[in-house]
Amino acid sequence: MRGLRASILRLAGLFRHNQRDREVAAEIDSHLQLHTDDNLRVGMTPEQARREAVLKLGGIEPAKEACRDRSTIPFFENLLQDLHFTMRQLKKNPGFTATAVLILTLGIASSVAIFAFVDAALIKPLPYREPSRLVALFESIPLGPRFHLSYPDYLDWKRLNKVFTSLDVYAPYGFTMSTPAGARQADGARVSDGFFRTLGVIPVLGRDFRPGEDLPAAPRTVLLSYAAWQKRYGGRPDVLGKTVILDGAVNTIIGVLPPDFHFAPAEPAEFWTTLHDANKCRGCHGLYGVARLKPGVAFQTALADMKSIATQLEKQYPDSNRDQGAYLLPLPDVIVGDIRPVLIMLLSGAGLLLLIATVNVASLLLVRAQSRKRETAIRGALGASPARLRRQFVTEGLALAGIGSVLGLIAAYWAMQSLSSLIPKDTLASMPYLRGIGLNFTVVIFACAISLTAGILFSLIPALNLSRPEMQQDLTEGGRGFASAMWRRFGAKFVVVELATAMVLLVGAGLLGKSFYRLLNVDTGLQPDHVATLRVGAEGASYSKDEQKLSLERRVVSRLATLPGVKSVGITNALPLGDGDGTTGFQVLGRPYHGEHNEVTYRQVSAGYFPTLQARLSRGRYFTEAEDASKPRVVIINQALASQYFSGEDPIGKRINYNGAPAKSAMEIIGIVKEIQEGQLDAPPRAAMYVPFNQNPTADFAVVVRTSQAEQSVLPALSAAIHQIDSGILVDNPATMKQRIHNSPSAYLHRSSAWLAGGFAAMALLLGVIGLYGVIAYSVSQRRREIGIRMALGAEQTAVYRLILKEAGCLTAAGIAIGLVCSLAAAAFMRGLLFGIRSWDPPTLITVAAALALSALLASYIPAHRAASVNPVEALRAE
Amino acid sequence: MSEKADVWQGTLALMVLKTIETLGPLHGYGIARRIEQISGNLLSLNYGTLYPALLKLEQEGSIASEWGLSENNRKAKFYKLTRAGRKQLEKEARDWEQTTAILARFLSPSQDPA
Repeated sequence: MRGLRASILRLAGLFRHNQRDREVAAEIDSHLQLHTDDNLRVGMTPEQARREAVLKLGGIEPAKEACRDRSTIPFFENLLQDLHFTMRQLKKNPGFTATAVLILTLGIASSVAIFAFVDAALIKPLPYREPSRLVALFESIPLGPRFHLSYPDYLDWKRLNKVFTSLDVYAPYGFTMSTPAGARQADGARVSDGFFRTLGVIPVLGRDFRPGEDLPAAPRTVLLSYAAWQKRYGGRPDVLGKTVILDGAVNTIIGVLPPDFHFAPAEPAEFWTTLHDANKCRGCHGLYGVARLKPGVAFQTALADMKSIATQLEKQYPDSNRDQGAYLLPLPDVIVGDIRPVLIMLLSGAGLLLLIATVNVASLLLVRAQSRKRETAIRGALGASPARLRRQFVTEGLALAGIGSVLGLIAAYWAMQSLSSLIPKDTLASMPYLRGIGLNFTVVIFACAISLTAGILFSLIPALNLSRPEMQQDLTEGGRGFASAMWRRFGAKFVVVELATAMVLLVGAGLLGKSFYRLLNVDTGLQPDHVATLRVGAEGASYSKDEQKLSLERRVVSRLATLPGVKSVGITNALPLGDGDGTTGFQVLGRPYHGEHNEVTYRQVSAGYFPTLQARLSRGRYFTEAEDASKPRVVIINQALASQYFSGEDPIGKRINYNGAPAKSAMEIIGIVKEIQEGQLDAPPRAAMYVPFNQNPTADFAVVVRTSQAEQSVLPALSAAIHQIDSGILVDNPATMKQRIHNSPSAYLHRSSAWLAGGFAAMALLLGVIGLYGVIAYSVSQRRREIGIRMALGAEQTAVYRLILKEAGCLTAAGIAIGLVCSLAAAAFMRGLLFGIRSWDPPTLITVAAALALSALLASYIPAHRAASVNPVEALRAE
Repeated sequence: MSEKADVWQGTLALMVLKTIETLGPLHGYGIARRIEQISGNLLSLNYGTLYPALLKLEQEGSIASEWGLSENNRKAKFYKLTRAGRKQLEKEARDWEQTTAILARFLSPSQDPA
């Protein structure tokens, strides 16, 4: 108790030292007076009396010192003193301080900001119970492994498997919601009854779907996402029991999902209903599976079990299930699989930048420690112990790292916010785990770890320089010889590391930039400029018959064609550069058929579609407006389909039909078109068939319009014109084709990684070059006298240039050589992120090496020039 | 801090407390002189070590200080015992007596029970 009281008082003593010091001085003074008085009384002379008193006290200063130590805690007292001194030192060198703090802030901010994304996507567990035990299920077909499964297959998979505690399905398609203001698009998904139980998600309000609620006879119910509850219903608890009309059917709201719940494969989703009218046909695919592994069952075991079930179904239902395998992936891989390599690459980039920044600041500190050698030596000679001197450097290092970290954290927070606001809305919606990114616990811990490491490094480096014998030498001769030896040993190596790292980052950014350029300029099979697009959805009884759908299409086309600035109009059921979904199986008539599943992309397009896109016809002809149901059925195929299924034959005039369709639906191939990219920009071209809209109408289609003026300006007129036809029609996603290309997920991923990596590389180049400049400038300042002597002895200016540039050249060459080796390794590591370019790309490597060499030459030219202009007389006299 | 210094510190504190108890409020110089006198000049006290000890006792709340005037009209800081200090003195004096009694038994040669 008494100890505690004393400690608190001593701690408080840290802050009142002036008053306390005065009090101690007064007390000692009074003590001496009393003692002197006594001594005088026994007959001493005044001097003797005073002297005796001081002697008995053991000296005035030691007595005060002892009191001072007792009245505070010496450790903290010294720390405060060191901090005070540090701040004075930092203030005295604003240039050094600003540079070091700025560099550190940049390094820390970029690492922490990127780490926050990594944390949100890869570290933070998904909002499900035991997410690592969840798997996603797909049906694999010859076209690829990640396709939908059919409802009967789902039921069989669920019934036959021995590896899952539960298996459920979802269909990630939204609804048309009827509102008083008309039809609106509503994001959502349909799921089987146990979907949320499989995920382990419990509604925060109301209840989950009950078993059996996905049967056609059950009343229709809907769960709201938390955001939808807040946005549409103001977060009111009386929302339960309210109804909402989705796709023309009345649904009762039964619950609200938790705020942190998200399910990226079906996002954005506001409404979650059960699969009420699931298609009972085994060949109709529209569902994705999700299942929870039984305890102790390994992923591979589950995969093997599902594969054998798929084989069994293939034998049992050869008509529909031929070549339909089972494919499993861990659910987290499905959710964050695409973004993982990008984030890891960016984190590595930010890490490298941080490395350069740290090394840069460390070498700045090293230079400073060199130039402060004499100061250190004097303080040592005045009695500061090496430990005390070292502590001063440690305090300075930690203070610097501390300031940098605080500013870095603030900048990181800002960077996170602006980076996530730069993500297009649609892309962000499909990455719901990035919502609410910020400085959470993990991120702050990461930031602290970084700054602590930096702090330790910064304190160790200058403290390394301290040892007794050399300090005496420093005092006598200003620390010339040893200092430069020390410097050469460390500083020069630092700059090689910096240049090599900058090289790696530049090569990475170069490769990413080049792939992005290649991606944007990939041949999409269409002319993307001056094309506007729009989705149209007409629901309900007035558009249920084919004639009604056709008449709607005719009205839309003729109405839009008359708008000013519109040159031509085309219709398709799905726009190019989308998800590439929408496939059908076909067979070639006249060939033996064994139930092969020739799955190809399938589009219903109008006669004006290909001319509007300016697609390239390689043989045959396009559809005509007159080709309707009354005419023979026709089809246009793309070159990929032609070469895949008609190699060595002329497909024109051949007849094909859908799998298992009646003979009257057979079609004649009338044209071959160059592949139009239906999927993402980076997807390989796929076989596709196009059928005339007039023979296969739909009321849910997309419009493409070629314009003579800026396509962006036509968009509002397009929407308005369609609403004039029927205000109940849903008009959605007006965008230009160029926007579709630029905002597509693949372009977005490539663009953002190229920009970020480019930013890191630019900063790295800057820091690396500053580092080199610093090294050479310091070396010149150290060698002034040597240069002076050389010049006095007749060395030409060019010789001095050569001397300095040679030093810079060696460092640069070493940096570039090491950087080259490292960048090859790094490029191989990021091969998966590149598009249309090999990781070993000589033009990029050569350009980067040349750019780096050139910048290095510029940076070292300035100090070389200064060296060459040294006045020998002055340089010698300065000593 | 070594074991030896602890004992010395403790002993000094006890002497200070006893001195103040006996003489009433007293300044540092007076306490130092009194300790030297009582010890019969066997103890050579470095006066400078007294002040940190006083500071410690004050921080622990055993004594309180106040500026005042000495008998020959000099300004001086006077220390007096607090209630907590009186208790501490009693306890430490008891402990000390016990310790010395035990040690005395060890050191006296005649009283070996065997």
